[in-house]
Amino acid sequence: MKYTSLAIDDPAELIFGVAPHPLTTREGMVIGGGTVYPELNFTLPPITIDAAGMAEVRRNYADIIEGALGRAAELTAPGVVIEFETLPPMTEHPEWGMEIVNILIEGMEREKARSGLKSVLRMTPNDNREFERPPLMRRGRYWEAMLQLFEGSAAAGAELLSIESVGGKELHDEALVNGDLAASIFSLCILGERDMRFLWTHLNDIAKKHGVYCAGDTACGFGNTAMVLAEQKMIPRVFAAVVRAVTAVRSLVAYECGAVGPGKDCGYENPILKAITGFPMAMEGKTSACAHLSPMGNLAAATCDTWSNESVQNIKLLGGMAPTCYMEQLIYDCRLMNCARAEGRDSARMLQRWLVESDVATDPQAFIISPESSVELARAIVGSDSHYHAGIAVARKAVSLLREANAAGRLRIAGNEAGWFDTLDDTLDDLPDSEGEFISQQLALADSTKFIAAEYGLT
Amino acid sequence: MNELHPLTQAVINGRRKEVPDLVQQCLDAGEDAKSIVQDRLVPGMTVVGERFKKNEIFVPEMLVAARAMKEALKILEPLLVAAGVRPEHTAIIGTVEGDLHDIGKNLVAMMWKGANMEVIDLGVNVPPAKFVEAIAQHKPHLVGLSALLTTTMPAMRTTVKAIRDAGIPVKIVVGGAPITREFAEEIGADGYSRDAGSAVDAALELLRAKA
Ligand code: B1M
Repeated sequence: MKYTSLAIDDPAELIFGVAPHPLTTREGMVIGGGTVYPELNFTLPPITIDAAGMAEVRRNYADIIEGALGRAAELTAPGVVIEFETLPPMTEHPEWGMEIVNILIEGMEREKARSGLKSVLRMTPNDNREFERPPLMRRGRYWEAMLQLFEGSAAAGAELLSIESVGGKELHDEALVNGDLAASIFSLCILGERDMRFLWTHLNDIAKKHGVYCAGDTACGFGNTAMVLAEQKMIPRVFAAVVRAVTAVRSLVAYECGAVGPGKDCGYENPILKAITGFPMAMEGKTSACAHLSPMGNLAAATCDTWSNESVQNIKLLGGMAPTCYMEQLIYDCRLMNCARAEGRDSARMLQRWLVESDVATDPQAFIISPESSVELARAIVGSDSHYHAGIAVARKAVSLLREANAAGRLRIAGNEAGWFDTLDDTLDDLPDSEGEFISQQLALADSTKFIAAEYGLT
Repeated sequence: MNELHPLTQAVINGRRKEVPDLVQQCLDAGEDAKSIVQDRLVPGMTVVGERFKKNEIFVPEMLVAARAMKEALKILEPLLVAAGVRPEHTAIIGTVEGDLHDIGKNLVAMMWKGANMEVIDLGVNVPPAKFVEAIAQHKPHLVGLSALLTTTMPAMRTTVKAIRDAGIPVKIVVGGAPITREFAEEIGADGYSRDAGSAVDAALELLRAKA
């Protein structure tokens, strides 16, 4: 484990707008340096993305960037992060993805020349590797095309590189619907850890070559799938919250391989990572209900350095086009946080407390990423000698934090969930101490048609 | 309330290990395989489905029950095949081309299986031609299409059209986060369901209308 101590060990310091290791963009935005920036992400309305449809696709992105940045300038935003999260055909055909990158960069430069608005582009090619089943994780046309898009966009001026990588997910969906914490730990801390290390080593090479930053990854396909399943009452919220804690072990690997933030918005595990690494983090919450519901709309903002809407379709709302409306909402959210900061430490602390207190007791997932819990969970991770042990330690800590809070009446947990504390603890008690033994056990149980162990360096 | 049969109760509680003996007891008592499925197993899964719909239990608990039912089917299926009995309804399900989201689709498939339908799952990223081919081969009563991306909604439209153009009479149900009833109607699907729980009702409604 690269990190053996915490960069932030006081929950009061795990706060929006400041990170011990801020990041300065080429245009001089200092992320984590005292200002929370809005981070806008957008997607297409129902359109087919193919060669014939590309003209309409281009038009959409050109309109989005012009409208949204125009509004940001009118509202005198201190700077904005624009995230381009590609849709699958744009990564499969990197030349299409690059067309959009160039449209966005041109739009950003035009607005800079017009109004002086600072902006930076976060490039998030989507991880298409699982189009092949079982997926090839380290080779093949999906891998090649993805790297090509990363490389092209870094060269074109995208300064922040991110991805929602999927390594380990082949087994994790099943783990979730079965409520199987052992299989979840195997997916995240054994398979996920190995894939992250492979992937981010490559991304770090690309970033270095072009003088850009590796920003960070997210365990979206794991933690957010669990969160959404829990929102839909498919799996217990308690289980989803414990899975969230374990996702931090997987996402941490990006930082071990050179990422410096801002961590990717949909990584609700980011407060734990901020405590460990001290790097700035993007977060999303109430202003991303356009993309998915979550039980911690305010609390998620308590620790953010950029504040995101996750994704919104380019459709017309009464106020204007949706990305423009969301840019406005993000800017107002950020203004409030920045105003509190400007008033001094006590005011910032007060707002942080309100953001936390308004959600923390209502849901295990919110509770688990509060600054207080995050610091404790982070401590469990850095105190471990391997990612496997970190997965067990952080899960155990999460269960005990939730159990205690429930017993003390500090957290509301539905009656049909209470039995899950014992189930989860029993699972953890049964896990072997030896990683090798755990891997053998899980390989014997796993559906071998779904994944290729050798793609993770396991045989 | 009538007391439930021990096999029904074992399914509800997911007591998988007890199931083979209980099935054998039913067979020894002269019950045929079809009535064991219909009168002992399906009522168990119906209770589980109801509890799930009322948010009393979660998917993991439901899967434990489904595995118990599967244990019974392992014994009963050869007998059903020998007697020429097939489930009343067959369905094909898949996520449309370009889309890899499958958790919702899997849950719908699971619920349909619990309602004693034979479900053939084509997986994710399924091109229209593959749906048409599978329909021609398996002659299902029902086809389920799932899409989670706005940019694969057009693929859902294309798939419905391809199935209609192939001229095979089959009912189509669609669903997925961005799909609405209006969209379902617009693309010519027969049914829409917003979640896995109501997907069973939507399917049965269409199948009854057909009968
Ligand atoms: C046949 O009849 C029926 C009847 C009912 C049916 C039905 C069929 N199918 C579904 N239903 C219904 O019943 C189910 C049970 O009640 C329900 O199914 P759902 O699937 O809705 O619900 C599931 C039980 C739980 N829900 C889910 O599993 C989906 C949750 C969200 C967060 C989500 C997840 C988990 C994932 N994703 Co994706 N993902 C999102 C989702 C956000 C959202 N708002 O939905 C969405 C859909 N994804 C999105 C995106 C952009 C993407 N995703 C991608 C990947 C992934 C993961 C792999 C990480 C993971 C999928 C895991 C999996 N195996 O399915 C990528 C695309 C991959 C691809 N080619 O498909 C990628 C492009 C991200 C990227 N840049 O890599 C967004 C869509 C944007 C758009 N343009 O439409 C998104 C809204 C999240 C966001 N960013 O805002 C009902 O809809």
